[in-house]
Amino acid sequence: MRSLEQLAQGVVNGDKRSIARAITLIENNGEDAQKLVSLLYPYTGKAHIVGITGPGGSGKSTLIEKLISELRRRGKTVGVLATDPSSPFTGGAFLGDRIRMQRFATDEEVFIRSMATRNVPGGIAKATKDAVNVLDAAGKDVIIVETVGAGQAEVDIIKVAHTVVVVFAPGLGDEIQAIKAGIMEIADIFVLNKADLENANRAVTDLKASLELNAQEKAWKPPVLKTVALTGEGIEQLVNEIFEHKAFLEKGEGASKRRKWVETELVEAIKQKVADLIVDDLKKRKVFNELVEKVMNRQVDPYSAASKIVAETLLSAKKD
Amino acid sequence: MSSERKIRVLIAKPGLDSHDRGAKIVARALRDAGMEVIYTGLRQTPEQIVETVLQEDVDVLGLSILSGAHMALFPRIMELMKKKGLNDVLVFAGGIIPEEDVPQLKKIGIKEIFGPGTPLQTIIDFVRNNAPRKA
Ligand SMILES: Nc1nc2c(ncn2[C@@H]2O[C@H](COP(=O)(O)OP(=O)(O)O)[C@@H](O)[C@H]2O)c(=O)[nH]1
Ligand SMILES: [Mg+2]
Repeated sequence: MRSLEQLAQGVVNGDKRSIARAITLIENNGEDAQKLVSLLYPYTGKAHIVGITGPGGSGKSTLIEKLISELRRRGKTVGVLATDPSSPFTGGAFLGDRIRMQRFATDEEVFIRSMATRNVPGGIAKATKDAVNVLDAAGKDVIIVETVGAGQAEVDIIKVAHTVVVVFAPGLGDEIQAIKAGIMEIADIFVLNKADLENANRAVTDLKASLELNAQEKAWKPPVLKTVALTGEGIEQLVNEIFEHKAFLEKGEGASKRRKWVETELVEAIKQKVADLIVDDLKKRKVFNELVEKVMNRQVDPYSAASKIVAETLLSAKKD
Repeated sequence: MSSERKIRVLIAKPGLDSHDRGAKIVARALRDAGMEVIYTGLRQTPEQIVETVLQEDVDVLGLSILSGAHMALFPRIMELMKKKGLNDVLVFAGGIIPEEDVPQLKKIGIKEIFGPGTPLQTIIDFVRNNAPRKA
């Protein structure tokens, strides 16, 4: 077994085997995962990260294949993380996104990886983010993250991506309602894919109307684009908009968004660390199970229990 | 948090087969058995398959073929696997493969060949029992 330092060096050199192994390590979330992330961190921060989210069947994976193609034409190297949900019952997952991207399996400058969400509460964002950092450290110019827009995953994407592209398609009526509710605020670019289908124009009009309704004074006004992922129509413009948004983030108003992004990241990391420390300590002192029992018996609610524990921990830390 | 390692499987279709019902049935069965299953889709070259094994860092590769080109494609795949240092990946095959070809395929490193009508449980058990425990 190679050392973590060697593995990290392999990643930085762009060695594909090392990249693949590093992501596995992160997915399995072993002790070494955090160390590896730390070793790689100084090499990150160069890639532009694009989140592609929206309902299943809207054409995200097909669109990504065309995005890779256009980005390669412009001389960019590309990493893709395609996430799919794990079954909450069996833990298994069918990862079918890369079927649509196999044309690029043998492109030396493209690395595609499928990831299951693994039912880790709050962990989707973390594992994905760490995997993004691996691809970033490996020197990929643009990293595309596909998530199914359902529930938490779609909102979590803002913790990972610089530019969030929300994809929808005509004929997914209810889905669009759901997207509207959750995702309006996080979208940097809207894409109506399957513009070749009937009702495409109506879907665009509907979306634009509801965007007007929710319009706030924002420095970046999310554009609404039409694409046909099957033929590549509209892809060039989509890539243009992605780079427009990147440029926006790199100056003025955008810079504060980037700062906020790092703030969130730091807060998340602190939360994680503190929670781990406290829970480990409770387990070591064998009081964790006792607490679980108490909550189960309704003797105490989890929030009060947490407040008390945190207060106690802070108090004992002061004494030290 | 479970520290049990997930078994990751790639189901791949080399050659020019025009349908993939069998491959998908096996993929779903392995998923329902709790594994993470990646599927390549139809008409994959040996190069595409081996690159996918490498990038996805799978423990297991299942090859499905109906076209009769296995004696040309499988050795090429196994050769590329070796070249890329992917020796610890468990490889099995399924589809339409005549009995007389089996010994040669096993010799090049394909651990098991499943004919049509093999119970899915047999394949699941095989994968569970033989998937390598990588560090
Ligand atoms: N008519 C039409 N079909 C499309 C288009 N883009 C994708 N599709 C089809 O929509 C289906 C779902 O595509 P996929 O990329 O897997 O969607 P995802 O679930 O959002 O990743 C596939 O059958 C695609 O061929 C498009 O622009 N027009
Ligand atoms: Mg998809």
